[in-house]
Amino acid sequence: MKTNEVWVYIEQNNGKIADVSLELLGKATELAKKLNVKVGAILIGNNVKDLCDKLYAYGADKVYLADSEKFKYYTTLPYSYVVVNLIKQYEPQIVIYGATTTGRDLAPRVASELRTGLTADCTDLQIGDYIKPSTKEGDKLYKDILYQIRPAFGGNIIATIVSPDHRPQMATVREGVMKMKEPDFSRKGEIIEFKNDLPNHLFITQILKKVQREKTVDLKSASIIVSGGMGVGSKENFKLIYDLAHILGAQVGASRAAVDAGFISKDHQVGQTGTTVRPKLYIAVGISGQIQHLAGMSESGRIIAINNDPNAPIFNVAHYGIVGDLNDVIPKMIEAYKAIKK
Amino acid sequence: MIVLVKQVPDTKNVTGKAMKEDGTINRQALPAIFNPEDLNALEEALKIKETHGGKVTVITMGPPNAAQVLRESLYRGADDVILLTDRAFAGADTLATSYVLSQAIKKLGKFDIIFCGRQAIDGDTAQVGPQTAEKLGINQVTFVDKILELHRDYIVVERSIEGGYEQIKTKLPVLLTITAEANIPRPPSVKRLLAYRKALTPLELENLDEDYIRAYEINPSNSKIKVWGYQDIGCSIENCGFAGSPTKVKQIESVVLTAKEMKKIENTKEAITALMKELMAEHIIG
Repeated sequence: MKTNEVWVYIEQNNGKIADVSLELLGKATELAKKLNVKVGAILIGNNVKDLCDKLYAYGADKVYLADSEKFKYYTTLPYSYVVVNLIKQYEPQIVIYGATTTGRDLAPRVASELRTGLTADCTDLQIGDYIKPSTKEGDKLYKDILYQIRPAFGGNIIATIVSPDHRPQMATVREGVMKMKEPDFSRKGEIIEFKNDLPNHLFITQILKKVQREKTVDLKSASIIVSGGMGVGSKENFKLIYDLAHILGAQVGASRAAVDAGFISKDHQVGQTGTTVRPKLYIAVGISGQIQHLAGMSESGRIIAINNDPNAPIFNVAHYGIVGDLNDVIPKMIEAYKAIKK
Repeated sequence: MIVLVKQVPDTKNVTGKAMKEDGTINRQALPAIFNPEDLNALEEALKIKETHGGKVTVITMGPPNAAQVLRESLYRGADDVILLTDRAFAGADTLATSYVLSQAIKKLGKFDIIFCGRQAIDGDTAQVGPQTAEKLGINQVTFVDKILELHRDYIVVERSIEGGYEQIKTKLPVLLTITAEANIPRPPSVKRLLAYRKALTPLELENLDEDYIRAYEINPSNSKIKVWGYQDIGCSIENCGFAGSPTKVKQIESVVLTAKEMKKIENTKEAITALMKELMAEHIIG
């Protein structure tokens, strides 16, 4: 049954829906409106039926639900089996996934099995026409297909990717890229249950242990990071870093030296032994630029380095360098930002 | 054990030299390097070889000069290396790439573990690993930070997830994608470097003059580098390269940037305001 819908894969952990999934429902609503079709949500888990109302509120018209104790934890083979079979049965034209460790495990597997295209880490999705050049019949026009827009080549180019001849068109999108829409809890929807039996040979994976803290710092998916190093000087002085991060909507990072000195917890550590990050903007404050730190952040889209030592190695990887005292520079940045916003 | 590696342009070190006059990147001018996390993948395989025995075969798909990453694999301890190169493979997206890789792996026959780097620094898609696993009909574990246990028919690994990790036990054979956190890759061994720097592909030999070949006692017939084209691995041509790729590039816009050519911002209210305005105009900050 060809529904032509726009679908979002809903990621949930212990009954909590990932923010990125709700953000994508907002985007899917936009795309579906242009295409004049409905929005579907794929929800897999154990005792997750209660989540459907929330999915309707954020934009889903239908929830394709696979609810069973077999699906308590995400494991690749059973989950991809469900998604593949739902897609085959209902033929949506677009399926989008959060670019999380789950989404990036699942989506390529599904794309391969369905022999369709998949674009990773899109920063924008749009509907538009595409002319495929020099086919046998001359140029061929594809109407209303999905533009999958993403940076490539270390962020040096922005590519628009299309999958003209294959369905569904699929993409992953990082958390925070799309905007969550205001929920409307008066919205109602329809549940379509997936009840097929799964073959036993899919259950060859056991989750022995799962350690997951409520997210306090999420450096990997942050689009802006303000990071402090030894040069910040003290735990108290990190407040300035937090102030700048807060106003920019950024996460707070730190160098290993700052973590070792006890200025901030290890969750914030950027670098080879911490988290490797690649935000759109990385602001390094009082960080000298040890190799191990640079290895974890040098792929950032833009780097601003603030340091009072003009010879600090961090300036070698920075796009913008400000030589000066952070106690002086950061307040200026905050003021400038506020003034522009006004 | 099989390790899948890729030669990539060094996108991290985009210098002025690699910029064209219009501010776009000249890809040819970027040095080609061993994809960093593929070195972590190779290291995991070599560690298992040391503790459990077995053979490590490294495969790459790419242009003829991708043979360099295979030589570097030999220097570090790989037993066999295979270059998949063919005009038919050009323009491949992740699906067409994983098809070709899976065909080569099928030709090799039995294996226990396939190691890949988590992702390559040029595309950052992290898709080829899972897609290759699917094409081979085996399980996968992605984002692996640690191998905890290895037994005859199962493996226990630690996989990174948002805000934590999970420990997974799964059956062999399996494909693992390895993160940079897993290990520090060993440097090339001098002894092996001396032994294998003469491992050349037929095409590379064609470009050498005969005196050089004689002087270095290069014997093409026992080169360590196997080279396979699409017919050698039974690929159907419509599944390879551009033809086998569902995704097409509609448009490319270059991000014009002064990468690594630092712009000095004076510590004044005016200069900092101008910087913030610039970042806002480019939608880097909101």
